[in-house]
Parts: sequence; structure tokens; C-alpha cells
Amino acid sequence: MPYVNHKRERQIAECHYLHGQASAERSAVKRLLLGNEALALGAFAADVTVATGYPGTPSTEIMEYFARYPGVYAEWSPNEKVALEVGIGASLAGARTMVTMKHVGLNVAADPFFAVAYTGVNGGLVIVCADDPSMHSSQGEQDNRNYARFAKVPLLEPSDSQECFDMVGIGLEISETYDTPVLLRTTGRISHAQSLVELDADLLQRQPRSPKERSFVRQPEKYVMLPGNARKRRLVMEERLARLREYAESTPLNQALLQDGKLGIVTDSIAYQYVREVFPEASVLKLGMPYPFPRDLVVRFAAQVETLLVVEELDPYLEEQIRALPDLPPVRIHGKDVIPSVGELSVEVVVAGAVEAGLLPQTATPEPRLLVPMPAPELSLPPRPPVLCAGCPHRATFHTLGRLTVSEPDPGAEGTRARERIIVAGDIGCYTLGALPPLGAMDTCSCMGASIGTALGMEIAGYKGRVVAVIGDGTFYHSGITGLVDVVVSGAATTVIIMDNGTTAMTGGNVNPGTGSTVSGQPARRIELETLCRALGVSDVQVLDAYDLEGIEREIQRTLQTDEPSVLIVRSPCRLQMRTTYESVSWVDPEKCIGCEICLRVGCPALTRSEEKVAILTDLCTACEVCIQVCPHDAISLVQRERTAP
Amino acid sequence: MKPLNFVLVGVGGQGILLASDVLCQVGLAAGYDVKKTDVHGMAQRGGSVVSHVRMADQVFSPMVALGEADYLLAFEKLEACRWAQFLRPDGCAVVNDEVIPTLAALTASPKRRKAGGPAYPDDDTIVADLEAHTGCLLMVPAGRMAVELGNPRVANVVLLGALSTFLDIPVESWRKALEERVPARFRDVNLRAFEAGRESASDDQPLPF
Repeated sequence: MPYVNHKRERQIAECHYLHGQASAERSAVKRLLLGNEALALGAFAADVTVATGYPGTPSTEIMEYFARYPGVYAEWSPNEKVALEVGIGASLAGARTMVTMKHVGLNVAADPFFAVAYTGVNGGLVIVCADDPSMHSSQGEQDNRNYARFAKVPLLEPSDSQECFDMVGIGLEISETYDTPVLLRTTGRISHAQSLVELDADLLQRQPRSPKERSFVRQPEKYVMLPGNARKRRLVMEERLARLREYAESTPLNQALLQDGKLGIVTDSIAYQYVREVFPEASVLKLGMPYPFPRDLVVRFAAQVETLLVVEELDPYLEEQIRALPDLPPVRIHGKDVIPSVGELSVEVVVAGAVEAGLLPQTATPEPRLLVPMPAPELSLPPRPPVLCAGCPHRATFHTLGRLTVSEPDPGAEGTRARERIIVAGDIGCYTLGALPPLGAMDTCSCMGASIGTALGMEIAGYKGRVVAVIGDGTFYHSGITGLVDVVVSGAATTVIIMDNGTTAMTGGNVNPGTGSTVSGQPARRIELETLCRALGVSDVQVLDAYDLEGIEREIQRTLQTDEPSVLIVRSPCRLQMRTTYESVSWVDPEKCIGCEICLRVGCPALTRSEEKVAILTDLCTACEVCIQVCPHDAISLVQRERTAP
Repeated sequence: MKPLNFVLVGVGGQGILLASDVLCQVGLAAGYDVKKTDVHGMAQRGGSVVSHVRMADQVFSPMVALGEADYLLAFEKLEACRWAQFLRPDGCAVVNDEVIPTLAALTASPKRRKAGGPAYPDDDTIVADLEAHTGCLLMVPAGRMAVELGNPRVANVVLLGALSTFLDIPVESWRKALEERVPARFRDVNLRAFEAGRESASDDQPLPF
């Protein structure tokens, strides 16, 4: 029987987290906070002294804020798995710990996540994970609530910034009381929305609790998961789940608002906000702690209403558990039959679902104008997707890759050797934008670090000499290294291009092991890419100037023909991180420009069309000289910035 | 208090988030509950950016629903068209009279352009489209005014100045929120940009409501 602190259990149950029930000790300042900032402040307020994570939209800002607070340790780890493992160690040593990542990051960290569910914790451990419904900045949408049930870990879901702030602390209490990691799941619309948070004005002046209060206790039967120990812990987990379920039945985290007896809505996370707006009169059961599932509470709620509507984003996570309840009263249930399981919800989507279910009249809704159908766009508007920045050091490489051809190894039917474009196995980062026109130079991109293994697999299956892997420095440290190990030991001849801009740029310029500093701005040892690759057994390692089109093309052509693995490190710092004032800018000589627009094919936002010729937006130009190199008429040159002034 | 919904749109890098932050502070000072949500991450790389700001006695959803925006504050003309469907029929659009070409429209092959590909719409088309969505359209040459003020980056605050004339909120609130949000060395130019925006709105435009 594991240790249970009953006093603490009561404290949690008494914890007031809902609006209007602010606790007295807060000297009541209200601040408009981003959900992610509220999570960071909530962690600090609840004595978190160690936080680790890996940047990823929409979770990144949690660590960026937390790293600014006094007396804490914040770390951008090489990847999510390492982040969670460091977090587990800190927890075992007694520190209250937070680990942050985006939804797909938990796939990377799934191994330690499932393991720590067995061992339990010492200092409280909360894993904060931000889902991205609608894939605003992700390769896929997945519903990480499933991980809670999968790993048998309690789940907390805030619905605004105040709850983000409060739930970190509640999660830590649950973690220590029940000896379990806690999964705190937000979505982009919670992490990236601002709402009011009531907190202590002097919060950042407080002294965090010392981790020494809960020092490490040697318990191999709890912490060493040999099969014999794991079998015992497996039973402990079941017993723990039963007690957590009891807690979920009574905690104010799960709250019923009883109003209308006809319609009852079960909801969680951001969907709660849409529900309150669309159905101001309905009864609402808001699940802030949906796992372990509070079965009795749901049954009691269902008994109060005639129709039950389940409103949740993504999977029918709540709905399936509700429909599986053996003692559910005979109510009509609507859920994913009317609420989509793809993409973000919104007020409009919930209204449409409610109308379809006959719960709202077609015409007389609380906000009638909501039903004005989206007018068909009268104009066909050009899209404005994100682009590589002006001067981006990735541009020259992709411009080259999009045009490189190699000759077919086998002669065609008529004995001719056709030229074929090379295949580019890509990866995840800003540079994935190289897949978009006009560069169009990426053929695969699936998950972090996949490029190298994918290129190797294509080579093994018959595309030797025609495939390159393209991966950023941050992604290489994250999970490209082991792929390169496989290239070396399998005796392949894969060409790997590491686009080294010295930062994890996509998420706003976060440090990585090659940057030379920590998230808190302290100096750090750098892991040098060329040394690392050579140490892994690659002898052909070249460092290239990211703006030298000729050099990049020559080296790629050369390495495609060699019989050994090659690593080309294309290096130049991210222009967004440089904050340089450029003395020179590119300038198009209108006398020489014939308007062929070949330069526009590099896809630079500083290039524009002006009266049948090309002109350069000098505000954006960083004098990278890529357009100068591609112009066949020598019409572009560098000039002093003042000369271009109007 | 009368609930207010704002949608601020433009292109990544135009200072939209600063503008929506200031707007939020103004709402809070007026006693509203306020929520705001923006797009982070990939869309900031020169992509289309939208920020929702909602004010009411109690705000639930942080997102403005389609057809529910009282004000569309557009930092670029094409983006104004793209998001005009958020406007209520009686809503107002304050639009920066400025063009930022899209890469797609620029780099479409000449063949595709002839075939009626995604060209950037001309001025008349844009204005006609916006007028189909609202009877209250204010075009402000905010980009040009910002250059004249000596800093092209303050176009966002020129637009805020124009927007402020539509709202029943003391002008001092706006100035205070601006002063708190912008770095001290840019305070003066931002305050001047705000005043210039207010004047441009009061010149010849009829006020709604």
C-alpha cells in the first residue's frame, strides 16, 4: 500500500479553482495572460523548481516564460524523451517538476511516460502537453487524452488561462498524493488565448519549496522495473486508479451546472467555452479531470436531463466512455453524430451540430446571425501561405535541390539515359517550407528525424545515388543522430544535408545543443556537428556556405556519386536571430532587367514585380545575394542602402 | 456593457499582435472581461495572420464567430477581403490602404497568370468586395502616413488611432495602454502615429452608430 497523505488529499478536494471562488491568500491582481504564460506562472507558484521540455507549437512559450523566473532550472532538452527522463530524475530526487511538449512530442516521450506510470514519483511530476486541433503548425492532429487512459495516468484539462494557472498546482498535489505522474493537456486555443488570471501580485518574489524536503529514498522494488517488480507495480497502478476515480467523482475539477432539465451537455477543455456561449440555459457537466472517468457523476448528471449532448474536440473520448456506462439512464445521446471529430471546434461548428441534432431551431438560435451561412467567396483570392524569410539560409539549398538531376541508372527502352530529378527526403522545421512552390524541393516529410532513415530506406530499395536527406540542426540533434548511425553501420552511401542555422527557428528561435547557450541565456557547451558526424564514422563531412549556389550544387552532385556516406553541413545563422542592420542591399538595374522573372523562382519575399520588371523591397532585403547569383543578365548587384532611398 | 468583437488581420510581421495587445488593455481599462487569441508558429513566417479580441461582461469563446465582428481592422487590403466574412452586416472595416503582394501571385508562371490564376485583385475589386460586406468602410493610408512620421513600423498604431474614433472609450485609455506597451524610445512616434490615425478618421468619414 503506497503512502497516502490524507491531509493533502482533503486539501485538493477543497481547492477552489472555479471563477468567482478565488482564494483569500491571493492579493487579487488580475492580469490578461496567455494560457502558456499562466501554466508557467502556475508552476512557479506551486514550487516547480525543475522544468524541461522540447519546443513545439503550441506549447513553446511555457518554457520561454518559466525560464525567466528566479531560482528555477529550465531546460530545452535534445528531445521530448530526454526531457521526460530528466524530469523523472528530478522528481525522484524530490523536486516538483514540469515537462512540456506538443502533442506529437508525447509520441517521442511515450516510452518514459508509460514507465513512470509504473514507478510513480517522489516530487510532483506534471507533463504538460499541447494538442493542435486543425494542425495550425503540425504534421498531424491527435487526441492526447487517449494517452492518459493508455498509460493509466490521471488527466487534467483547463478551459482558460485561470484554470491553466490553477491546474498545474492541483496536478502536482495529485501527483504527490497518489504517487503518479499527471498529464495536463491543453489545446492551441487554450495555450494561445489570453484571458484574465487572478494571482498574487508578489508571486515572483516568493521562495520556492526546497526539493530537499522529499529526498530520494532507495526503493528498488518501486524504481527498478524488472519483470518481478513491474508485476507488483502493475497491481499498485490498478489500486491507484480506483482511488483516483473516487477523487474524480468528488473533485470540484469536475463540476455540474444544473439548469435546464431537457438538455445536459458533457464537455471538457475549450469546448466548454463554446458550449456556454451557444447554450446559456442548458445544464453543463464540465470535466476538468476526465480521467479516471467519473462514472457515477456522469450517471447522476444524465439522470437530471432528457437529452445528453457530448461536445468535445477530436476523438469521441468522453462519448465512448459515456455510452459504455452500464447503469446509464435511458437518455437520448448525441455526440460525434453531429459534432465533427476532425479539426478545431468553434461556436459556429457547435451551433451547426446542435441544429442537426434538433437541439436548436434552424431559425431561432440565441444568436440568430450565427446561422448566416458563410457567403461563397465572390473573389478568388491568392493564398498567402507562410514562406521562408527574405535572406533565409535555407533558400539556396532548396533552389539547388529543386533543379538537380541525375541520369537514370538504366537506359530507357530506346537506350537513352533520361535525366531524373533527385528525391529529397525532408524533415520538420522552417525548412519544410522548401516543399512549397516555387522551390518545391521536398518529396517526403513525416515526423521529427525521419529524413535520414527514409533516404536510407529508399537507397536500399533501389534509389542509390538519387536520394538526399535534408534535416535541420535542431532536428538532427533531436532524432537524426541515430538515423546517421544506421547509415554508417549499414554500409550505405547516403547523402545527408544538415541545414545548420544554429537555432530551432520554427518555434521562434529556441536554443539547441549546437547553439552554445541555455534557454535561460547562460553559456553552454556546443556539440559541433562536424565533430559529431565524424565521430559516428562519416569521413566525408563538408561545411558549406549556405549562400554559395555553385558550391552547394557541386558538392551534392559529388556526394551522390560516392560510395560512402556523406554529410554536407550547409551553415549560416537564422536571419531572424541576427538582428543585423544591413548596410548593403540588392538592387535591380532597370536598364539590364528584361523581366524574365527567373529570380522570382527563388521565392524570396523581398522580390516583387514592378512594371514588367523585378524590383527589390529594400526593407526586407538582407543582401544574401542569392538573387544576384541566379540572374542570367547580371541585372542585380549590391549597393549601399542609402542609394536606394526614395 | 455592449459586447464588442474585433478581428485584426494582416501579414506576419506587421505588428498585429502589438495592436491587439493594446486593444485588450483598453478594453480591460473600460471594465470589460476580455479574451484574445492569435495564430502562432508557422503562420508568422510572412503568412496571413489573424487575431481575435472579444470584450463583454463575461466572454466565453476567445474566437469571434463568422458574421459576428463589430470591427475588422485590416493591416493589408487583400487580407481585409480574405477575412471580411467575419463582419456583422452593421460592422465596420478599418483598412490600411496598402498592398503586400503574395508570393503565389508573384511567382505563378506567366502561363498560369494568363489562365486567370490567383492574381492580386485590383483596387476597385477590393473596395467593391469590402463594400458588399459592410456599409462602413474606412480606408487609411497608414503605411504612407507611418513613413511620413519617420518610422514605417508604426502603421499599426495609425490604424489603432483610426479605430479609436469609433469606440466610446476615453482617448486617455488608449494613450496610456500604448505608452505601457511600446518601448520608451519609440513612445513619441507611436503617440504621434495614434493622433495621425485619429485625424485621418475624422477627416471626411461619416461615423456609424
